[in-house]
Amino acid sequence: MQAQELDALRPAEGESLAFDTNPVLNERPTHYCPGCHHGIAHRLVSEVLHELGVADRTILVASVGCATFTYDYFNVDGLEAPHGRACAVATGVRRARPDSVVFTYQGDGDMAAIGMAESIHAANRGEKITGIFINNTVYGMTGGQMAPTTLVGQKTTTTRKGRSVSNEGGPIRMAEIMAQLDGVAYSARCALDSVKHVREAKKALRKAFEVQLQGLGFGFIELLSGCPTNWHLDPIAANKRIAEAMMPVFPLGVYKDVAAAQNGEAQHA
Amino acid sequence: MSADTNRMLIKGNEAVAFGAVDAGCRCYFGYPITPQNEVPEALSSLLPEIGGQFVQAESEVAAINMLLGAAACGIPALTSSSSCGISLMQEGISYMAGSQIPGVMVNMQRGGPGLGDIGPSQGDYFQAVKGGGHGDHRNFVLAPSTAQECYDFMFRAFALAFKYANPVMVLGDAIVAQIKEPVRRVPPKDAVAPEKLADLAAPWRMEGFGRRGPGAKPRLLKSVYLAEGALAERNRMLMRKYESMKADVAWECTDTDDAELVVVAFGSIARIARSAIRQLRAEGHKIGLFRPITLFPFPDEALRALAPGRRFLVMEQNTGQMVEDVRLALFGQANVSPASVSWHGVMPGLFIGADALREPMLQALKEN
Amino acid sequence: MSRVVFLEERCKGCRLCVEACPVHILRPSGRFNRHGYEVMEMDGQCTGCTSCAIMCPDVAIRVFKSAKPAKGEA
Repeated sequence: MQAQELDALRPAEGESLAFDTNPVLNERPTHYCPGCHHGIAHRLVSEVLHELGVADRTILVASVGCATFTYDYFNVDGLEAPHGRACAVATGVRRARPDSVVFTYQGDGDMAAIGMAESIHAANRGEKITGIFINNTVYGMTGGQMAPTTLVGQKTTTTRKGRSVSNEGGPIRMAEIMAQLDGVAYSARCALDSVKHVREAKKALRKAFEVQLQGLGFGFIELLSGCPTNWHLDPIAANKRIAEAMMPVFPLGVYKDVAAAQNGEAQHA
Repeated sequence: MSADTNRMLIKGNEAVAFGAVDAGCRCYFGYPITPQNEVPEALSSLLPEIGGQFVQAESEVAAINMLLGAAACGIPALTSSSSCGISLMQEGISYMAGSQIPGVMVNMQRGGPGLGDIGPSQGDYFQAVKGGGHGDHRNFVLAPSTAQECYDFMFRAFALAFKYANPVMVLGDAIVAQIKEPVRRVPPKDAVAPEKLADLAAPWRMEGFGRRGPGAKPRLLKSVYLAEGALAERNRMLMRKYESMKADVAWECTDTDDAELVVVAFGSIARIARSAIRQLRAEGHKIGLFRPITLFPFPDEALRALAPGRRFLVMEQNTGQMVEDVRLALFGQANVSPASVSWHGVMPGLFIGADALREPMLQALKEN
Repeated sequence: MSRVVFLEERCKGCRLCVEACPVHILRPSGRFNRHGYEVMEMDGQCTGCTSCAIMCPDVAIRVFKSAKPAKGEA
């Protein structure tokens, strides 16, 4: 870091630090593309773990995708899982260490294609884990192939004329599916395309962890995210796509909140 | 009526379950498949009774990954399956080998390939011994031949898994799985205490850094190494580890001292062969049995020591797998010609008796 | 007065902060860090709202808020 930067980082007279990093997030600069929302999602998760004071008993189960290296960015014990299997690995971890806090961090291919069975069944069993689902409608790491969440008509490297319902079927809505399962205590869909949505996403993320701490069941959160590189859009245009094209297909909302229901709070979909 | 309350009349599958629990296993993840269903069925009540975890997984793919997660936490954990289900587990096994995670797996082999049948076979020898998953990996492989060994070998399996931080495969078959025999439910004399297993896991297990005291750094268990030369170094380390497993090689010789012909067999086939050998010995034939107990590491040095002046008849229930390792062990040895190793295969799925092995043994005894 | 500081070696030039700033005081600086990314800079009166830092995927922004409210601050 430059000397001037270090100086600038000292609060001056009458100033307070309004935004800083936290000790759960590793300082290492990320390998993610410019404008990739993994960075925002990672930061939010680290803030929640820090604020809940649970980092020292957290075990992160990483997945395969651009986020294979999630564990490099969190100062918590981290375990690799084969592609799609994070929820099964997390089940094993949680059963072996009942006093730990366990979360998975998975892309759309990992959780909803190859890992669909493991994700659904861990959720159905009500495993006390938090599943974080990054929905960016493509397979990012491997260069932009179709994902289960790719929109109808969306061009990808394996749907060059655009996804067609007759050949590929339509996009899968995980937050709604998860909400159907008895073992799921919290299921929400948020987005990372605007400051307002990022703030809401953090609140939802916190709830998805709290249900684990309260022993209520599986906590699920779907985060609509951008992939500028494979969408061939700059980050700002990518954010617009989330708002204009993705949200109508993947509506934001809380689809299940067992704790709120118990408290008689209103649920909205 | 036996006054020995440790003596039970149980199937090999049940012996696996009791052995696992007594050896310290506290997590089981598995999926129903014939002929090993008594393993999950027994553990579904044994484990919860002692505060352990039992999960019937949605598939063998899920089961092996749950095993990976639990064993990564340093907790003795187990899965079991049969042939086709073990095929589904290969990815997870490769990952455990690559990440150095001590998962224990039991394969009660059935006839293959494909759906095959539900009879006995030894057709998964290659899969178990050569590392059936991708990449250069090896499983430590134990081959029980009795229900008592199904019980006893579980202690060995967990001890070896934690000693080497490596997957261990207990390779049985439909006969040893389903046979009902007296089993003494008493830990072997050399059994390693579960607390000792926990000590072995302390340097690498997933547990949350808070458990390791103030200033403890988070740790990572993974098999991906992308930096230049990093995977090469990792593989060299694993190679050295697999080589070092020779320290725990095991085999059993019966009547080999003055034998002209030595039958080489493992698991249930070794046991059936022993009956035939006993008959032939009584008729004056000089025949013995060499039974590998560890299939990896393979007891090649012991075999080479036996070789001078003897011929070998490899008998196995497949179309030719262990015979390759026998030939490899003896290749190039002085006074051992390739013709001195012959082979007899029992086809997968068949239930045979000693009489089925007698003829091939007599045939081999005649040849010179 | 409130201000932001860019940790320039972390910035990837994605411009999400520029878009997010409600008072439009962030802009490309014309300077490139050693990774080849054009880093952003502040030019104008910051309100300390932290919108830019909230949107930054690279935790490249630190925000300092004045104790005394300045004119135009939210």
